[in-house]
Amino acid sequence: MADIQLNNVTKNYGKLEVVHGINLDIEHNEFVVLVGPSGCGKSTTLRMIAGLEEITGGEISIGGRVVNDLAPRKRDISMVFQNYALYPHMTVRENLGFGLKIAKQSKDIIEQRVNEAAAILSIEDLMDRTPAELSGGQRQRVAMGRAIVRHPQVFLFDEPLSNLDAKLRVQMRTEIKRLHQKVKTTIVYVTHDQVEAMTLADRIVVMKDGHIVQVGAPLDVFERPVDTFVASFIGSPPMNLIPGEIALQDGRLHVVFQAENTMPVPRDLADKVVEGQKVIFGFRADDMMPKAHSLPILGEAYDLRLAVDIAEPLGTETLLFSTFSGADIQTKMFNPRRVEPGEVMDFNCALDKTHLFDAQTGKSLRG
Amino acid sequence: MAMITKKKIGTVATWIMTFLLMIVICLPGLWVVLTGFRPNREILAKPAIWIPENLSLDNFAKIFGFGAEQIAIPVPAYFTNSLVIALTSTFIALLIGMSGGYAFARYRFKHKNGYFLGLMLSRTVPGIALSLPIFMVWSKLGLIDTKLGMIIIYVALNIPFTIWLIDGFFRQIPKEMSEAAQVDGCTRWQAFWQIEFPLAKSGVASAGIFAFLTSWNEYALASQLTRSTDSKTLPVGLMDFTAQFTIDWAGMSAMAVIIIVPALILTFLVQKHLIAGLTFGGVKG
Repeated sequence: MADIQLNNVTKNYGKLEVVHGINLDIEHNEFVVLVGPSGCGKSTTLRMIAGLEEITGGEISIGGRVVNDLAPRKRDISMVFQNYALYPHMTVRENLGFGLKIAKQSKDIIEQRVNEAAAILSIEDLMDRTPAELSGGQRQRVAMGRAIVRHPQVFLFDEPLSNLDAKLRVQMRTEIKRLHQKVKTTIVYVTHDQVEAMTLADRIVVMKDGHIVQVGAPLDVFERPVDTFVASFIGSPPMNLIPGEIALQDGRLHVVFQAENTMPVPRDLADKVVEGQKVIFGFRADDMMPKAHSLPILGEAYDLRLAVDIAEPLGTETLLFSTFSGADIQTKMFNPRRVEPGEVMDFNCALDKTHLFDAQTGKSLRG
Repeated sequence: MAMITKKKIGTVATWIMTFLLMIVICLPGLWVVLTGFRPNREILAKPAIWIPENLSLDNFAKIFGFGAEQIAIPVPAYFTNSLVIALTSTFIALLIGMSGGYAFARYRFKHKNGYFLGLMLSRTVPGIALSLPIFMVWSKLGLIDTKLGMIIIYVALNIPFTIWLIDGFFRQIPKEMSEAAQVDGCTRWQAFWQIEFPLAKSGVASAGIFAFLTSWNEYALASQLTRSTDSKTLPVGLMDFTAQFTIDWAGMSAMAVIIIVPALILTFLVQKHLIAGLTFGGVKG
């Protein structure tokens, strides 16, 4: 069993605390992605799990064993680095077998395991090349091969795809997911790319400024962000956030924005707000669509009219940029047609899927 | 046609210039080597004999004490001294240079830049300026005219340079290499020897040859601090060929050849690494 527990883990560099007492339970064979902007402490957390950074406070255990003071080599982990860190003076075969050689495995076992890993990653043809003779994607594969060859309890990935071009990144993303399905192992994966996080993870851990902000399945995090940070960080394009104030109009609570624009408060949130409360109203681009170009709306719909400033055709859909009460917002047009700049269109808003956040704390009012 | 002729003239001119330049650089060395193989009377002949007529190994036999004619200069002892002092001081300077270079490249510690600058500044002091203080200290410690005394001085002279050069090499190796090795099952020590050292090898080799040549060729300090066959090195020994009224040019040149040859051999042996060492940073890893 290779579950990982982080209990109140802190990390200081001198007097500066960069990771503030985080708690996280990662289950056996789970694929967990730590995601957040740069400097949020995600890589430091990963390196603490690996044993490459000392822990200032708290406790980390892997497979039920406290590893705080164990050297990396004793933790039964393997790691794929952002720059691959392949050994340049060794061939691919030697790179793959290095860990087993150090562990004094017999030559037969080394050869068998290396070939096995090579087959899984389809790098059999590259075995006698040196890393300098490989392309970025091939290096990435070799780095993953080096990780799986020792059959460790835990794989750690530190932004492994960020050095690849966009097309290769998508391809390798799929390969990593396939690898996890083939080689069932606990994986902790660090990235700043929320698309990677969404597509790969069983569970996403969103971090900010050394704190864990939210943990949950990708869709849960996407649909129920706990605060405006997660709302704007997860999902592409980011959630539209517009500040406003709660007021009673026509017997129903509304959010009143600048320039007297209003939007009714979703019914399930009506008892969470009071008149005069300052809030931030949030909705995803997919939940505000031009009429006749929208997906079916479940629950309450709300009509409004917006002028479109810019249209970005993406093929199956078009992103529309407008200004709403002083905020720049993005909406989505499905089955798109050509849109002229400045064109005024009627929109449908899926009101039940919108969010309200407290203006002061930024916390979601869905609770 | 005119173009081709112009190009040809350009090429020929370049070759002539190169040749002239090489003569200026090489001729003194070549002349020393030639003189080492010629008898004294041919060397001193007036008018000068430009094309050597008699080439023999007599001068070498003479300074090593073989052959009919013998001279009273203990060249084999000087040679041994030079070898022991240069090799030992190079070895120690490399060990310290590797540890120091690694520490500067990999670890964060207080006043790191200050220490580094201090090391570099110590290179700006001309060695000869230290000769009097060293002489006084060494005489108190009984290190005058000992190999140990010279080894300590050369180690001290070489360390700033070896640290600086090797630091640059370790800096080029991403620290993830060592980390990957540690995750792969290495201790920090194993990671160093298996991964980082092989990658910094050319840096260590270049630092080694520079340190060796510095010690091997050093004259100023050695001439002050050595007296006898106990510690006198080859460059100092060269002066034994000058007497009050005469200079034994033949013997001196033969000995100069003896000094040059090991340095040349060593340079050739590590030449590949040396070039890699001198151009490091130019190549993306």
